[in-house]
Amino acid sequence: MTKGLDGPLEIGGVTFTSRLIVGTGKYKTNEVMVDAIRASGAEMVTVAVRRVDLDRTKEEAILHHLPPEDYFLLANTAGCYTAEDAVRYARLARAAGFNEFIKLEVIGDELTLLPDVHATLEAARTLAGEGFKVMAYTNDDLITALRLEDAGCAAVMPLASPIGSGLGIVNPYFIREIKRRLEVPVIVDAGVGTASDACITMEQGVDGVLMNTALAAAGDPVRMAHAMRHGVVAGRLAYLAGRMPAREIAVPSSPTVGMLD
Amino acid sequence: MSEQTTIKVQLNGKERVIDRGHTVRSLLAWLELTPGMVVVELNRDILERDRYEEFPVTEGDALELVHFVGGG
Repeated sequence: MTKGLDGPLEIGGVTFTSRLIVGTGKYKTNEVMVDAIRASGAEMVTVAVRRVDLDRTKEEAILHHLPPEDYFLLANTAGCYTAEDAVRYARLARAAGFNEFIKLEVIGDELTLLPDVHATLEAARTLAGEGFKVMAYTNDDLITALRLEDAGCAAVMPLASPIGSGLGIVNPYFIREIKRRLEVPVIVDAGVGTASDACITMEQGVDGVLMNTALAAAGDPVRMAHAMRHGVVAGRLAYLAGRMPAREIAVPSSPTVGMLD
Repeated sequence: MSEQTTIKVQLNGKERVIDRGHTVRSLLAWLELTPGMVVVELNRDILERDRYEEFPVTEGDALELVHFVGGG
């Protein structure tokens, strides 16, 4: 759809056509998840690292449903509250043998799930030093984003609004400022609720959007995945095209001359 | 006094009694887990997948068996 209209997204030396990254959590069934991810057009999908359920009462490995040859797996450190834990999860994820990428997430508060930026920075330095391609989830703070870039992150991922909130982009100005100042890709991660949110987020000029709940918790996840795919493309192309200036007066679109007497 | 035929280990945070003499590889087989689908941490050290048979499981070991699940 965007052939010739948009370039690829490159993160840590890997090239993606889609600017939408999707999670794999919270779907009602694995079938719906697979269909939604396919509809989204995403190439990179996030997964979490957890203990194998040895009682096998539920849960099978996600890889049975998402063939690693079809998707680029981005393991996360979700659920970690310390730098040490996040580093441990990242190392376990890398040992699975797919790639060096990690979505670094260190949470600082249970209620808002806002990131602990100090711990995130500490873990980012450690992991980048170990050769990880770190994609760091952070808040919409420019200084933290700059420090994460300095720490060697492959991408910096400020939130639009809290994880799972669906509130959309609450601070477009800060997101734009982060995008303006960073060299590495800026991916907005968390908070998108519907297709217009994805579109408005991409209109800020960022390189991509990562979402999970907006698809998984939609009334019809597959249909919403289609909508998100279009929303991301629409926002990206609108950004590249450059919008007309907004003005609070009307200007006619049709000629004012040649009217009948 | 005859040697115990079982040992106690911590398996994913729970105490489990297993047969003595397992390697990590044979333990995974006993648990019906595909080695390629899990990552093993033995006493906080991550093991290389092609070396599971080199690590005996002994009394008091703490093993974590993890894999990828859905997440955002």
